[in-house]
Amino acid sequence: MILQPAVLTLLLISALGVAVLLAAAPFALQVIRRWDLASGSELQLRLERRTYLFSTLVAFVMALQLAGILLFVLNADRMAVQFPGAMCAVGTLNAGRFGFGALLGQVALFFLAGMWLTLNHADSLGRDYPLVRIKYALMVGLLLPAAAAVLALQWTYFSGLRAQTLTSCCGSLFAEGAGGLPGDLAALPPGPVRAAFFGCLALAVAAAWFLRRRGGYLTGLASAAAFAATLAGITSFLSLYVYEHPHHHCPFCMLKAEFHHVGYALYVPLFLATAAGLGTAALQPFRRVPTLSAFVPALSVRLSRVAAAGFLLVLLVALGILWRSHLILS
Amino acid sequence: MRAGIERQLALLDFTVASLARRKARNLGLLAVFALLVFLLASVTLFTRALRQEAAAVLAGTPEVILQRMVAGRHELVPPGYRERLGRIRGVQKVEGRLWGYYFDPVIRANYTFMVTDPAPRDGTIAIGPALARLRGLAEGGTLAFRSYAGELRAFRVAAVLPQPTELASADLVLVSEKDFRAFFAYPEGCFTDLAFSVANPQEARTVAAKLVRDLPDARAILREDSLRAYASLFDWREGLVLAMLAGALLAFGILAWDKASGLSAEERREIGILKAIGWETGDILRMKAWEGVLLCLTAFLLGYVAAYAHVFHGGAGLLEPVLKGWAVLYPRFALTPVLDGLDLLTLLLLTCVPYTAAVLVPTWRAATTDPDSVMRS
Amino acid sequence: MIALSGLRKAFNPGRPNEFWALDGIDLVIEAGKITAFRGPSGSGKTTLLTLVGCLARPTAGRVTFKGEVVSSLPERFLTDLRRRSFGFVFQQFHLVRGLSALQNVMLPAAPTGRPRREVRDRAVGLLEQLRMGARREERVEFLSAGEQQRVAIARALVNDPEVLIADEPTANLDSVLSRQFVGLLEELNAGGRTVIFSSHDPLVVESGAVHRVVGLRDGRLEP
Repeated sequence: MILQPAVLTLLLISALGVAVLLAAAPFALQVIRRWDLASGSELQLRLERRTYLFSTLVAFVMALQLAGILLFVLNADRMAVQFPGAMCAVGTLNAGRFGFGALLGQVALFFLAGMWLTLNHADSLGRDYPLVRIKYALMVGLLLPAAAAVLALQWTYFSGLRAQTLTSCCGSLFAEGAGGLPGDLAALPPGPVRAAFFGCLALAVAAAWFLRRRGGYLTGLASAAAFAATLAGITSFLSLYVYEHPHHHCPFCMLKAEFHHVGYALYVPLFLATAAGLGTAALQPFRRVPTLSAFVPALSVRLSRVAAAGFLLVLLVALGILWRSHLILS
Repeated sequence: MRAGIERQLALLDFTVASLARRKARNLGLLAVFALLVFLLASVTLFTRALRQEAAAVLAGTPEVILQRMVAGRHELVPPGYRERLGRIRGVQKVEGRLWGYYFDPVIRANYTFMVTDPAPRDGTIAIGPALARLRGLAEGGTLAFRSYAGELRAFRVAAVLPQPTELASADLVLVSEKDFRAFFAYPEGCFTDLAFSVANPQEARTVAAKLVRDLPDARAILREDSLRAYASLFDWREGLVLAMLAGALLAFGILAWDKASGLSAEERREIGILKAIGWETGDILRMKAWEGVLLCLTAFLLGYVAAYAHVFHGGAGLLEPVLKGWAVLYPRFALTPVLDGLDLLTLLLLTCVPYTAAVLVPTWRAATTDPDSVMRS
Repeated sequence: MIALSGLRKAFNPGRPNEFWALDGIDLVIEAGKITAFRGPSGSGKTTLLTLVGCLARPTAGRVTFKGEVVSSLPERFLTDLRRRSFGFVFQQFHLVRGLSALQNVMLPAAPTGRPRREVRDRAVGLLEQLRMGARREERVEFLSAGEQQRVAIARALVNDPEVLIADEPTANLDSVLSRQFVGLLEELNAGGRTVIFSSHDPLVVESGAVHRVVGLRDGRLEP
């Protein structure tokens, strides 16, 4: 265990998220069992009041996750100095068993919370709160376990970390032929990956824009694909252009000042766009609910616009990197 | 969109007016909050600066240092060793170093005697700023030491070392090689240790490993390792202090909870009025969120600026003993100011998240006051 | 405009101190008229006003507003409806202390998202109309009872509601001010607003301005 402020903070905020959801769980179950909007009974009024609390809590947890992801990566980068062989965040994440697992878990939780909040917003537009049971079932059944899993992963990872652990960093981890997912990503042939990267992003922009009225599932699918393709593309070839180095395949180093924080210009719109794209998909099953049918299309359009704009921005930033780079790959 | 922004602005207007109306109450919480930020920020700013300082010092040290060991203890490097080292591939700029400790009974402190290149002229020394302060010396003064042969030797102080790297130079005494050997009766041709650099810095570890194989009685110390040792030392101390401050954090959370749940009758009445005239639970929550944001940011700014002043202009008087001190010769720091994104984010989360978590439920409870409560009272 | 059927409202239901404030009310309130609820204290006037004005939900029964059932709307929508359609003047005025008259009048518009400049102009206009223009920057706790009431009325009107609801509006006023208030109600009513108020002050209830008086006793309508 490495006792360090950033680590303590990360564990603290994850634990808080779990505690908050756990404390809300019994009340959420009560909502599922006893909700009856037609009634003016005390219990019903109490339950309605609680819905405000839960929305606020989940929004809080989502905000925490977002800050947590950033903190996690920044901190990993900073801790690299303690592990021989580590030069940036990758080395640190690789120094424990669940480093990458914890990061992926946080990202997943962020998107889940985003989808939940989209549903929550839609629900609050319908005069009879049509999604209330589904919403709380998802909160207890999905968000809570996910948050707990993230906490467990973080805890295992951090408690297993020992300074002086020999680790391998982006240079070797993302090297062609290193094996494992990161190695495979780096070893992917640049041609097809480049095609997939631009193809998926363009497809996501197109899906989000042209299908904004009725193509929620497709937009969601395209968003998820674009998210994966962008991460793969960054690792496989875009990073090389950022660092202007033919073998430096690291998705994290570009967040540093040496590279003008260009990573943020890629990741921030990517995360927002993906969250929005997944949100439209989350809305789809409920577009025919009578009291929602008037609102879902407008909401979908709004989210689709955000997704389209976000993916377009990622595309433009990527093109800008390629254009400005001095690297020439044969 | 437009309406949404207008609504937020209107709520913000009201929030600012309300905060101003309840100055006394809010000032108390603000003061405690700012104090907490001040403490935590002092610790992080101070350790960050120390770390920076250590890194700056180490940046000037040789890449690899080779020591000879006898029965597990550091021994003198005999003549001839240096030449053997020079033949190993990749080793560059081998340099024999001379240094040692001297205990001064006058102020009960250890000095580090060292021969540097360029060295002071024979008979003169250059001394660290802390030493100069403690012995009341300036350039041109005279300092006498009892040599290992037993006789008293006087040196003229040719220079007092400059401040910037005080962490390392505080207790230094720089002498010429001839004086060093004479004073300590150091055998001719022997060195304290050997320093060298490696052609390709990435290969340092490999070269060091090879060296230890060829010279089994030697130990190699890499700069990278020292850097790491320093980093974990500071991290560990910082973590320890912060863990102690966790109690303060908890107390603050409880205070915030108490303040938020113990709303005054006046405030309850006000929320009731707002709800009756058309504010919704969500609006009250948004208003309270603005209140929290304003409070957090103000407290954070105040605390952080105060901590900055404390650490970089006030010499971190409150923390020095815990985080730095180990010797009589206190380096008096003029730390180089460092602001660090990660530290800022950590601190912001560490203070604002517990606050938010503590006030969430009480705030919601107040916000769900029944709209008809004002008519029933 | 507003129809109540089988309306019942209980406080602390299921507990030893259970109390039925309203026990079966059927009533239709017409648009564009002045309606007064009359009855001794504890007869349920105020509770009835809270249900008519969408401040609370009935324990049983139905409230319809312009043909829409509103008694089972969740708070979010009920509030939205309330702030668009109803303005309230309370017995104790319930102004927010420490704020100026103008700030108080602007409060109900804050959550609507209307541009603040527009709201301010409207609030200033209303205060001037109620002869409070000169004192609009005064903090409300320094105003007299009559002035406070006019601020409260301006506040009730800032969102331009169709219905004005007043609870015992003259309980804190002397007879001169009470008469002035009745005059004001007539003015507002002449402008097309529906006015509903509760009072046990004969001076107000029996004045010629009121179109309909509804008597209440022990939570039921007087025949």
